[in-house]
Amino acid sequence: MGMLLEIKNLSTHFNTDLGVIKAVDRVDLAIDEGDTLGVVGESGCGKTVLALSIMRLIPSPPGKIVSGSVFFKGVDLLKIDSAEMRMIRGKDISMVFQEPMTSLNPVLRVGDQITEIIKLHLGLGRKEAMDRAMEMLSLVGMPSPETVIRNYPHQMSGGMRQRVMIAMALCCGPKLMLADEPTTALDVTIQAQILELIGKLKQDIGTSVILITHDLGVIAEAAEHVAVMYTGQIVEYASVENLFSKPLHPYTVGLMESIPKIDAPWGRDAYLKVIPGAVPSLHNLPQGCTFQGRCAHTMQICREEEPQLKEYMPRHRVHCWLFGKK
Amino acid sequence: MTMVLVDIQGIKKYYNARAGFIAKERASVKAVDMVSLQIYSGETLGLVGESGCGKSTLARLIIRLDLPTEGRILFEGEDISKLAGKDLKAYRKKVQIIFQDPYASLNPRRTAGSTIGEPLLINHVYDREGRSLEVARIMDLVGLTSEQKDRYPHEFSGGQRQRIGIARAIILKPQLIVADEPVSALDVSIQAQILNLLKDLQKEFNLTYIFISHDLSVVRHVSDRIAVMHFGKIVELADNRELYEHPLHPYTMELLSAVPTSDPGRKKQHLIREAEATSGTDGSGRCPFYPRCPARFEICEKDKPGLIDRGGRHYVACHAQG
Repeated sequence: MGMLLEIKNLSTHFNTDLGVIKAVDRVDLAIDEGDTLGVVGESGCGKTVLALSIMRLIPSPPGKIVSGSVFFKGVDLLKIDSAEMRMIRGKDISMVFQEPMTSLNPVLRVGDQITEIIKLHLGLGRKEAMDRAMEMLSLVGMPSPETVIRNYPHQMSGGMRQRVMIAMALCCGPKLMLADEPTTALDVTIQAQILELIGKLKQDIGTSVILITHDLGVIAEAAEHVAVMYTGQIVEYASVENLFSKPLHPYTVGLMESIPKIDAPWGRDAYLKVIPGAVPSLHNLPQGCTFQGRCAHTMQICREEEPQLKEYMPRHRVHCWLFGKK
Repeated sequence: MTMVLVDIQGIKKYYNARAGFIAKERASVKAVDMVSLQIYSGETLGLVGESGCGKSTLARLIIRLDLPTEGRILFEGEDISKLAGKDLKAYRKKVQIIFQDPYASLNPRRTAGSTIGEPLLINHVYDREGRSLEVARIMDLVGLTSEQKDRYPHEFSGGQRQRIGIARAIILKPQLIVADEPVSALDVSIQAQILNLLKDLQKEFNLTYIFISHDLSVVRHVSDRIAVMHFGKIVELADNRELYEHPLHPYTMELLSAVPTSDPGRKKQHLIREAEATSGTDGSGRCPFYPRCPARFEICEKDKPGLIDRGGRHYVACHAQG
């Protein structure tokens, strides 16, 4: 398995009235061919900005990728010109957004929206593009593609629209699909179907997936490797098995403990463990480790110096002073 | 835990929907369709179901934001749809709601203190000074500080806003709180804080909760009893442990199988069957779960099952259990 995407020292900053925000702060990350990488974190931790940075879709101004590189099959996506990027976007790397309600064009038929990409990237004619669109729709489990392509988005349910989004993302056979909270707006039963679909398509087509979510349950079900983000940084990276069996970073441990589990004790006195406080504002992050105010293990060094993302065990990296000094 | 606080008797809520652009015939959406349910004083009743199943409509009926098309709701033995004037105002003091979205449910131009204290003002509970003391006390109780009373909603985080919503709901010392997806919009680490707060408040004030959520893990964590809704009907009702350990309705089983577990080693088999979505306007007499049901048989297509008592406070609406 070769490496498909390698992100090195990526930082994306936003200029605001209150100063510069480091939405993505020196991120190093790699994804292998055929792998599913889960990126998990709470709102505002930089997951979506990370995805948009890979796609080079950061609104600028106010945003700017200030440093780093994103190597995709050996090419640095941040160095190529925008015309070349357009040929990669939607073809080799595609994206599925969170809101299936707002990310489809309401005044175009579904078929036209899918064929637009196929015609552009694969250079097929109208007829062939339609055939390809129908093929993709049946691949994602649409019951009758020939009627669906004539439908407008409002005629479909949320789950159906998300299938259309996935069909669009996959119609040019991408090497990498970025799925940003693809199931968050959906009901649990539909969520289970969509996750199953993503897993199945990954096997059939061999697409790698970056799955962005706030839901550790979704990560456990669908990902192979996981990166936990906090205030724009990756604080832990591990295989999904290691992350769930041996979480290292106090933030990861706290997140796991604060979720009510379907098989945990319950009742009047079953309180959840909580992470005290809230995520600090990105406008004024503390010096040193950004998790210090909420961490039960804060030491002197945490207030003074920022930890580095260090390999603790093979393929298990953690951004915390508890696991080894410099 | 035996006194019935709310007795819902066969309520229906239909909304009229025009079938087509010009079409004359009207189809009605059966948002809540023949629901009967007792809520006991001091308990937490969890209400789960997917979007559009009628959970929020049922909540609106209970707090009397809407009147039922048919049936009645008794609160401490009194029919709430007959209340008016002073009596209605008194009812509103006893029953409060916590909304899902702490961003949309607070007035952006009012300070936290004024939002929390408004119910006191409307009900003339204290004078100015007393109000301010009470607001400070309640803010402290829900984990805010009284210095924050002059701040506006945009100065608070999502979790803090939800605390404001909770403070506003409990300040009149209600008996019943309807919590409509109170933690769905919050991050996981904040969600746990709010769930713990709700438990503390329940102990402190002996509150009765109707806890609405689509998240089965959350509902399991907070509830004593759980009602599962599907297309406007309650399809299963049981004590917490009983429902999770011995689900009887195929829809409940499907829901439970769809919940992601935090155990990557156990990638499970989902029970979900693909099927066309049936809508609430379906006029046929069949069981609403019929198109998706793995256990269906002949009678299910002809007859909608009613809730049957399976003993041990476990009720299910399914012919396969009849």
